Amino acid sequence: MGDGSMVEMTRSEIKADLEEGTQVSAKRAKVDPLTQDELDHLLDIYASSARFTAVDIGDEVVMSNDGTGTKHIGNRVQDLQTYEQVLGIDMVELWQIDYSYKAIKTNVAHEGQSMKIAQMLCTTPVQYGAMPDLGRYSKPDGPIDNWSELLPLMKVDEARAAQVEACKMLVEDIDYVADHMVEAGADGIDMDTTGAAGDGDFLAGLTACRMLREKYPFLGIEIGMASEFVLGMHGQLEFDGERLAGMWPKDQLRMVQAAGASIYGPAVNINTGKSTAWNIARAITFIKPAMEIAEIPVHVNVGMGVGGVPTCVYPPADATSRASKAFVEILKIDGY
Amino acid sequence: MGGMRTAGDLVARMQMTRRMRLKEAKAYVADKLGCTPRDLSDPSAMEEIRIAKGLGTLPFTSSVRPGEAGMIEAKFNIAKTLDIPINCVERFKERVGLGGSATA
Repeated sequence: MGDGSMVEMTRSEIKADLEEGTQVSAKRAKVDPLTQDELDHLLDIYASSARFTAVDIGDEVVMSNDGTGTKHIGNRVQDLQTYEQVLGIDMVELWQIDYSYKAIKTNVAHEGQSMKIAQMLCTTPVQYGAMPDLGRYSKPDGPIDNWSELLPLMKVDEARAAQVEACKMLVEDIDYVADHMVEAGADGIDMDTTGAAGDGDFLAGLTACRMLREKYPFLGIEIGMASEFVLGMHGQLEFDGERLAGMWPKDQLRMVQAAGASIYGPAVNINTGKSTAWNIARAITFIKPAMEIAEIPVHVNVGMGVGGVPTCVYPPADATSRASKAFVEILKIDGY
Repeated sequence: MGGMRTAGDLVARMQMTRRMRLKEAKAYVADKLGCTPRDLSDPSAMEEIRIAKGLGTLPFTSSVRPGEAGMIEAKFNIAKTLDIPINCVERFKERVGLGGSATA
């Protein structure tokens, strides 16, 4: 189940959940449901009793890792080395526990020093990651009037102005942190859970991405999303003349590509009350239109609470491996 | 893909640096290494290739190679083999007076 609990289901029950999952998301996002062949393929994957499943030899994809390491088995650089040398991760990420560009700005020299040490010791690409986290700029955490308090008071114009102001500050902070990380040798910058605070959050990520791409043509830039849908907290913000509020993965990807990112990470959240079969059909249906136009690598978020993986502290291996196999074989993703 | 056990880190670099999708990135790396895309996820095949080209291998109990390129050293060879700029390599060269430009 989506909450990680074990249930026994018949093949017919799994089939019914797959069909319902794709129909629900197709209706919600106004996209086509999965084809019968795709549903049959998913049924084979999800009706298996195997604890672990995998793609065919030769079909392996790149595994990037936001939030690499646990911080409980040594220092952060040792975490990166462990992921590189024990787990065989393809791309690791240095990060700090206050996973926000605004927070990192105050400590950027020390973060840069850790990046420099990591670059000396790791062979695998090391990117630096954090959340754009637009909400941090509103009161009481930041200097700007809180748009979540202004909106219920019907102060719509003031709420919109506050988000625009916060957006500018966020872009400056991402740019500032990225400059220091590039100076320290970073291979890439990750903007993780972009859009978590809505369209202003997404706009800041896209704007910062375009600025960084112009300065650093070689730099890996990953934009991972917070959700399958961009919330219209502002409602009228645009990037390249297109309204960001209400965008589903296909349009999110078009914007991310236009901004110059290297990697797009779609995220589809889990319904904890439904089976993993229902959730994977829903997630693949949302993301499939994006894969049909992708010109850059797509690394689907397949982890705790997103991408068909249950929301629980220790996701079962059968759930994680089934989801991974499904995304690779049906959507032909480039990584996760 | 297996990271440094295979060629996962090399394919990842092409995705990051050149925005290549997976199939294109695998074909590019295989061409540069003189192997097939299928070899890229084969730990046995890649161990030989990585040693021959100085691309770094994983040190563990029964196989340590302190006399061969590893870590930052290996990244000099990866940049040359894949014909891509690696930021920390360019910074290293700048700071020890060997030239280099991270805007390459």
